Amino acid sequence: MNLESVKTLYRAEMARSLRTVLQSIVSPVLSTSLYFVVFGAAIGTRISEVDGVSYGAFIVPGLIMLMLLTQSVSNASFGIFFPRFSGTIYEVLSAPMSYWEVVVGYVGAAASKSLILGIIVLVTARLFVPYSIEHPLMMALFLVLTAVTFSLLGFIIGIWADGFEKLQLVPLLVITPLTFLGGTFYSIDMLPPFWQAVTLANPVVYLVSGFRWSFYGISDVSPLVSLAMILLFLAAALAVVAWIFRTGYRLKP
Amino acid sequence: MSEARDATVIRVEGLSKTFAGGFEALRAVDLEIRRGEIFALLGPNGAGKTTLISVICGLVNPSQGRVLVDGHDSVQEFREARARIGLVPQELTNDAFIKVWDTVSFSRGLFGKPPDPAHIERVLRSLSLWEKRHNRMITLSGGMKRRVLIAKALAHEPEILFLDEPTAGVDVALRRDMWEVVRQLRDAGVTIILTTHYIEEAEEMADRIGVIRSGELLLVEGKHALMQQLGRKELTLHLREPLATVPERLARHALSLAEEGHALVYTYDAESGEEDGTGIAELLADLEAAGIAVKDLHTRQSSLEEIFVNLVKEEA
Repeated sequence: MNLESVKTLYRAEMARSLRTVLQSIVSPVLSTSLYFVVFGAAIGTRISEVDGVSYGAFIVPGLIMLMLLTQSVSNASFGIFFPRFSGTIYEVLSAPMSYWEVVVGYVGAAASKSLILGIIVLVTARLFVPYSIEHPLMMALFLVLTAVTFSLLGFIIGIWADGFEKLQLVPLLVITPLTFLGGTFYSIDMLPPFWQAVTLANPVVYLVSGFRWSFYGISDVSPLVSLAMILLFLAAALAVVAWIFRTGYRLKP
Repeated sequence: MSEARDATVIRVEGLSKTFAGGFEALRAVDLEIRRGEIFALLGPNGAGKTTLISVICGLVNPSQGRVLVDGHDSVQEFREARARIGLVPQELTNDAFIKVWDTVSFSRGLFGKPPDPAHIERVLRSLSLWEKRHNRMITLSGGMKRRVLIAKALAHEPEILFLDEPTAGVDVALRRDMWEVVRQLRDAGVTIILTTHYIEEAEEMADRIGVIRSGELLLVEGKHALMQQLGRKELTLHLREPLATVPERLARHALSLAEEGHALVYTYDAESGEEDGTGIAELLADLEAAGIAVKDLHTRQSSLEEIFVNLVKEEA
């Protein structure tokens, strides 16, 4: 393992987001806080408890997940797309680094950034609603696995995209709808039976459910199923990345 | 490895590259680069120069053949191979907002070397970039950006430096500076491979020249050998009285008429040893015997440019 190279790439990526601190940290925290104000404090007081948890507290895990997913995807996709777009990728490709070291650098940095954001939002949420965390270790595990998995997804999108439109396309048309329909703002047993069944095809449901379980011990699906699903997504993302490297897809003709 | 350093630093064997669209960029290229030389890869646009460099540096996968860098296979032992190479790309690619010092230090780390501010300082000073070290890339001129790319390529102390069209779009004064930098690097023991389509550049800089066209390496020669072998000298004799044809008694000489009969052009090998001579003395004697009066004469040796144009034309 070429540790010095990985460290350099990781640090450079982290430094890049510090240069744009407003965009990378302040804006996601602000928008998530708005959700807390509107749904938690304003509307939430008019909604009765969900599964014995106040509505404001109920949406905390879902909102963190929502932010974690979108930030992981956008950080990682931009992180690899930008050097491809500007041409500076030549340097990384000509460096004595294996593909997996490149992934650890880029994806590690993207996942770290969204984890930091996740923690900031978690702390911020405490200002608006009281909540408790029943299984902190499991919560941390869900956070890390989700950040890594969706950063890998972002990395794949950043390699696939051949223009800025495509870079926005997947987050806008796929990730956002899935997160909104993934049980962030409601428990899926609030849905009619047909839609409950449809919802189970949405991968985000498992993430939100498992994450919420680590807070309150309540869940739509078993936390073990949630964990298994995340690992499945992770394996799928790794498989796609391995394929990209084997074929040189869009990186190395 | 180190006790018997091979004189060949890069060995390219039967290298072919066919891109996904079916375009054959390289066709069975064999090439040896000698340690410590300046090698110029000369060819028209689209000849395959950049592709060849890209395969050696690991940016493009070869379709066939292999590349050995200091004895290390560029695919199987890519770490050893790539660690020895620095690449200055043709395009002025850069991260607009990063500072000069940061981007050059980044390059060193990326190649797995521990930080060494003293080395980075040396590199920046040698390229007259020291004053600009806190500048962001976006504030630099094109020539300065090119220097930063060279500094980045040198940050990890490579033994081999690839310069892909180093002086494309660079003004004359800066081009001279760039050549000076390259010479200093060679003096420091770095092997340099540069691509260019300016013949002037190859003629000025290179120890050896490879001519590439349509993915094929047409020839590889020492610069002087190339000019000697292919360099023709021309003697032009301006005549007092025009001639309609070359007179019979001068037929044994390689003569042709020019300027509507006002001049005779004699072509000869500049380097054909002394024993058989250039034939000029005999020619002049024959001219006198034929009663042809010569008003003036001058000689001209073909430049590398003409050699190159002839070569590429011949093969086409």
